[in-house]
Amino acid sequence: MTDTIDNLVVVRGLTFKFGSRVIFDGIDLDLQRGKVTAIMGPSGTGKTTLLRLIGGQIRPTAGTLYVDGHEVPRLPRGELFELRKRMGMLFQSGALLTDLSVFDNVAFPLREHSGLPEAMVRDLVLMKLEAVGLRGAQRLMPSELSGGMARRVALARAIALDPMMIMYDEPFTGQDPISMGVLVKLIRDLNAVLGLTSIIVSHDVAETSAIADYIYVLSQGKVVGQGTPEALRESDSEWVRQFMQGTPDGPVPFHYPADDYAEELLSNEARR
Amino acid sequence: MNALQQLGHNALVALQRLGRASLFLWALLMGLPSLLLRLPLLIQQVFSVGVLSLVIVVVAGLFVGMVLGLQGYYTLVDFGAEESLGVMVALSLVRELGPVVAALLFAGRAGSALTAEIGLMKATEQLSGMEMMAVDPLKRVIAPRFFAGVLSMPLLAAIFSAVGVMGGYIAGVGLLGVDAGAFWSQMQARVDFYEDIMNGVIKSIAFGIVVTWIAVFEGYDAVPTSEGVSRATTRTVVYASLAVLGLDFVLTALMFGEV
Repeated sequence: MTDTIDNLVVVRGLTFKFGSRVIFDGIDLDLQRGKVTAIMGPSGTGKTTLLRLIGGQIRPTAGTLYVDGHEVPRLPRGELFELRKRMGMLFQSGALLTDLSVFDNVAFPLREHSGLPEAMVRDLVLMKLEAVGLRGAQRLMPSELSGGMARRVALARAIALDPMMIMYDEPFTGQDPISMGVLVKLIRDLNAVLGLTSIIVSHDVAETSAIADYIYVLSQGKVVGQGTPEALRESDSEWVRQFMQGTPDGPVPFHYPADDYAEELLSNEARR
Repeated sequence: MNALQQLGHNALVALQRLGRASLFLWALLMGLPSLLLRLPLLIQQVFSVGVLSLVIVVVAGLFVGMVLGLQGYYTLVDFGAEESLGVMVALSLVRELGPVVAALLFAGRAGSALTAEIGLMKATEQLSGMEMMAVDPLKRVIAPRFFAGVLSMPLLAAIFSAVGVMGGYIAGVGLLGVDAGAFWSQMQARVDFYEDIMNGVIKSIAFGIVVTWIAVFEGYDAVPTSEGVSRATTRTVVYASLAVLGLDFVLTALMFGEV
């Protein structure tokens, strides 16, 4: 049915409801192996929720998704944990363990899962830290790191077990131009060098377009556009063009839905 | 009608929470075998939960014992029974004040810290991050803290009682001149190991389980914002203290009552 040879992640008819709110309404996605795929969309479209669904932290209301041929929502806990060892995730905040040093944070998944002798763990940690350029920071505590450094340490930790894929949750948000550049380079290079499959969830159009091979644009629970970055900029859809070019008004209105302006100003009703 | 609806709604929410807390406790107990294979994790937490609570427990125990010595003396001396001061101080401490006051202090010192720590780990996505690294936070983070609390609480209560007896000795014998021989010998003769001391130990074990359970659950169940964590911390201290006092009544009635 679905080809999981070319596509590492296959999503079919995925629906997710949170209470009565529909977050996803039957979306289909194919994420190719070895590529950088971006999921974009305005804030509040549940992009992070999508990553949690792929990671099996929450289950979809309907529809299904496969990661490397495994149907994630149906996996028993033990197998899900095995699968997660092959998935890295970079949280927006970094999610470093605050009571451990940079070194111990990167060593954490190795010590938990690999059973390698400590000397080998040390070499691996130093290699991963070198890859993100923070070998010199190994003794610092997470509280002593800048936001960009914390994200790079988290990235080193995410690749510690040599995963097959990495999910990036808003990797560029709140970064200064230099650390933004560093992260863009790292994501691209790691994908190529380690033969990863990367999923980036973001609303930073320029940076994401620069490194993504393929982009899905989500809005209000639907896939509203997909294609290569170049194709999307020339999209037929007015909405997608507005998003990609960042114009303030268009199909997505500037105003939050409200009653008639003049009427509300002139009404005598006391404000509550 | 609305008030009635609200009442029902609140009751349902509370019951759901109780159910979640029970499942959570069950999951923690299931985490015990894997914890025994990784004792360093437990020892580290015994240090931060138990050893770091020592100062407050020792100081409070000393003063509570001294106050017992003074108040007991003033009452007993009217009947010429000041020689029984040692028994009075010791029984008050091992039966009631040791377990109860130590548990209240433990809830304030260690319980609130546990809730805040776990709640903040949740708010900063550390727990979620662990899950994505295929590490179960219940086993890796929560279970060591829970069992460290359960283990520490009886020891802290015992230390509280021991220091309290010393406090009573200082006040009664040192300051007020009660005969030291009578103080100790009456205590030795009248305090029963099973009836008094073991019952006190059982109480402190029960309090340890309840206080730590409340503390780790409130942290794990906290709304992951700064406001949510602060509320959870407050709830830990309030619920744990009330639970200790209520449970103490029930246990006392069962252990020492004639019914």
